[in-house]
Amino acid sequence: MKAESGANALAAILGGSRRALARAMSAVENETAAGKALLRELQPHLGRARVLGITGPPGAGKSTLVNALIGAWLARGARIGVVAVDPSSPFSGGAILGDRIRMGEHQAHERVFIRSLASRGHGGGLSRTTARVIDLLDAAGCDRIIVETVGAGQSEVEVAEIADTRVVLCPPGLGDEVQALKAGILEIADILVVNKADLPLAERTERELLGMLSLRHYDDWTPRVVRTVATSGAGVAELIELIERHAAACASQRRSHGGRVRRLIAASAADWVKRRVESLASAEFEQLCALVQRGELDYASADLRAVELALRAEKKT
Amino acid sequence: MTTQPPKVLVTKIGLDGHDRGSRVVASFLRDAGMEVVYTPPWQDIAAVVKLALEEDVDVIGISSLATDHLIVPKLMRSLYAAGLQDIAVIVGGIVPDADEALLLEAGVAKVFHPGSALEEIAAEIVRLTRARRELNV
Repeated sequence: MKAESGANALAAILGGSRRALARAMSAVENETAAGKALLRELQPHLGRARVLGITGPPGAGKSTLVNALIGAWLARGARIGVVAVDPSSPFSGGAILGDRIRMGEHQAHERVFIRSLASRGHGGGLSRTTARVIDLLDAAGCDRIIVETVGAGQSEVEVAEIADTRVVLCPPGLGDEVQALKAGILEIADILVVNKADLPLAERTERELLGMLSLRHYDDWTPRVVRTVATSGAGVAELIELIERHAAACASQRRSHGGRVRRLIAASAADWVKRRVESLASAEFEQLCALVQRGELDYASADLRAVELALRAEKKT
Repeated sequence: MTTQPPKVLVTKIGLDGHDRGSRVVASFLRDAGMEVVYTPPWQDIAAVVKLALEEDVDVIGISSLATDHLIVPKLMRSLYAAGLQDIAVIVGGIVPDADEALLLEAGVAKVFHPGSALEEIAAEIVRLTRARRELNV
């Protein structure tokens, strides 16, 4: 970021430099001082893009559906940003970022910018800095931003916070497992997509989802169910129509919603504490673990002491 | 900043589809703690350049088994034209000795021949990543 730090980087991003945008994403992802400064300067330039969150279990067809959505929005003249999150190994920290290969049809298009992120140990289907990377795409002039989570089932509450419209994929034939899934996702989904609808059981899955929805009460938007075959494009036009209708029905809440910032800070703070405690190497912490193991200290008391140790370690550095 | 894992693109350009080697290398690099953007074979050069730019990778690894290495100089020219000369390119696979000089001359950082240890490849990527990040900080 040598030549492009601070105001220069911001000017280059606003001016449409893809290189500056990509470098800034790395700075933000790696939480460098330059990256943090840039994010503060970015604030006045945010709020134009509409953000679509896509989540669902591994293999549900998220990336392939994203590919189809990119094609449909490109045809309408939109500039599109995509953030695709894949899991980091809890053992090595490494990751295979393979989402964008299924978006290959459009990845060379000049109005598409795709960035892959490794989750780096963060839960909730996203990486710690995903929301900030979205902000960068927003400032760079993307009309539409698609966020694809790690393939997961129940804990994608965070994508609910950063997206304007939330799409949850429910492939057919997951049998009883889908029951567990539904309880978690119904609360965040604006649109439920039964992808791979050419498979047997698709109609049954759709019926079950509609049945579940009918038991809940919604104020301004009742979640819809749509069947798609992402590989053929069937149902994609209908999905796009629903996304647009949702956008019109619910004016952008991403930036205006007060509770959102509160929850994002809370999530970020919790994450900060978790990382600091995990990296504690002090003898004191080992002692704390031993006390719990011997049954001399309860977990709740140990929690507080661990946070104190983490804060003390932070002050020293 | 250098504590962040290397970000590597493992890909194949040209018409050859033998991707076993690139998969083995990609898996090993993941297990070595790196973030690996993996693509199937048959990528065209413009797509690789755009991908490397958007993902801001530190190193590009090109796997070649059946003469695809001969279009690597073209890739190097496209990377330079896009201002990406700071991204290191390494080539692994079947590269005749007589062609190696051609690749190095075009700007390839290193060629790995059959029998190269995976650890050796990982160590080279770590070295190239460190050099790039020191240059860019």
